[in-house]
Amino acid sequence: MTYIEFLQVHGSRMADGTVLTVVQFLLATVVAVVVAVLFGLMRLSRNPGVRGVATVYIEIFRGTSLLVQLFWIFFVLPLFGLNLDKFVAGFLAVGLNMGAYGAELVRGAIRAVPRGQWEAAVALNMTDRKRMWRVILPQALVIMLPPWGNLVIEILKGTALVALISVADLMFEVRQINIATFLSVQAFGTALIVYYVLARFLVTPFMRALERFMSRKIGRA
Amino acid sequence: MTEDMSRYPLRLEGDDVPMVRFRNVTKRYGPLVVLNQLDLDVSTGEMVTIIGPSGSGKTTVLRMLMTLETIDSGVIYVDGEPLTHMERNGQLLPASSKHIRRIRSKIGMCFQHFNLFPHMTALGNCMEGLVQVLGLSRREAEERSMELLDMVGLAEKRDEHPSRLSGGQQQRVAIARALAMRPKVMLFDEVTSALDPEVISEVTNVIRRLVGAHDLTMLMVTHQMGFAKEISDRVCFFFNGAVEEQGTPAKLFENPERERTRQFLNAVLDAN
Ligand SMILES: Nc1ncnc2c1ncn2[C@@H]1O[C@H](COP(=O)(O)OP(=O)(O)OP(=O)(O)O)[C@@H](O)[C@H]1O
Ligand SMILES: [Mg+2]
Repeated sequence: MTYIEFLQVHGSRMADGTVLTVVQFLLATVVAVVVAVLFGLMRLSRNPGVRGVATVYIEIFRGTSLLVQLFWIFFVLPLFGLNLDKFVAGFLAVGLNMGAYGAELVRGAIRAVPRGQWEAAVALNMTDRKRMWRVILPQALVIMLPPWGNLVIEILKGTALVALISVADLMFEVRQINIATFLSVQAFGTALIVYYVLARFLVTPFMRALERFMSRKIGRA
Repeated sequence: MTEDMSRYPLRLEGDDVPMVRFRNVTKRYGPLVVLNQLDLDVSTGEMVTIIGPSGSGKTTVLRMLMTLETIDSGVIYVDGEPLTHMERNGQLLPASSKHIRRIRSKIGMCFQHFNLFPHMTALGNCMEGLVQVLGLSRREAEERSMELLDMVGLAEKRDEHPSRLSGGQQQRVAIARALAMRPKVMLFDEVTSALDPEVISEVTNVIRRLVGAHDLTMLMVTHQMGFAKEISDRVCFFFNGAVEEQGTPAKLFENPERERTRQFLNAVLDAN
């Protein structure tokens, strides 16, 4: 069986899986961004309780394995009465995990905005909230976009784990094909290529374009 | 720190209430005493310049008035009301953020490094406070901002971002941005120090016009002795976090009483 024939037989199945991978990736990214902004801001709160909650969250999600977190959310939470669909559990686990890393990027970027910007906002008598949303975060966004480019790739790769709770993503389909055909090289080789192409030719150029767009918008380019 | 606040008045009353009053203000950074029981009044409409050696606490005075720094003891009054404190049941307590915001609305500041918002145009910088803080409509805010950009000679740069403006232009936008809020007190902290010599006059000319045109109280820190001498009503020489000597420019520059003032002025003149 040539590789072309392999693709003819199994291609559509892998294409379906790829679509699911992309959907899982997009949803996980949304979760990660929300979590990152929320906990990144909480980490900078003046209230030690709020800061503490964020620190604990970030420690737990960064300090333990994504796979274990995924299994917790899918297999253990139901024991406490919280039943999540495997599709939801999948992107949720990846997003919550990567969001913990993102929170540190958000925090670092906010702190990297020059002091003078905070002070100018105070001198204009802005409220803390307006200062953050109108002055600090837009500039922090430009600072944090390059490291987010890496994190977003990590999110894409992280979604491969959702196959282990039987979400029918690319990795899941490829494993099924492998079990049925024993064509490991073709099956996993294709997965390798698809993940690489997604990362290298879709995600990275998009993030670069976003970086360029934002730095133009901010008037630095 | 438990300071007996009862010796400070709850508000300033009478005929000659100063626009700004520092009463017994001390500021420390750890063991370092930056301002030592400072007393300083600035009258309404007065232009007061602060000069003095590096590290003498000049910037700190302005930053405390702008509420960018807290104070360790004493009280600052603005327009008769305490800024750093507020009255509760006949006592002065540390000010709430709401109280600070109310009093702070009377104060504007320009910084050595301009601190324009890089993601907004010149016009956007001027409009930001008007729309977001004062709640003006975009049309009113634009109108008022354009008046001020026009006053600083930058009406045609309205749509440029700060990165495309020279230092002198950026500082003029920053002055317009601060004035647009219609403060009663303007603070200038070495606003020409980061500028190339040939554009300094762009900025000093704008400040010169403010002295003539507005009923504005101004407190300025500068190393430009000629400018200070020319436009100030009063010059304060700071040394080690206190006012060592103050007076009219003529008196302070021509006829200083204190040895330290003389030494400082000689050193500055030598350097030029
Ligand atoms: N955030 C801070 N932490 C610790 N020390 C500080 C801080 N800010 C200022 N200082 C110290 O306080 C003293 C007074 O500083 P300030 O900036 O008021 O001086 P200055 O008179 O404006 O000097 P210059 O002419 O150099 O601007 C200096 O010794 C400075 O090192
Ligand atoms: Mg200074």
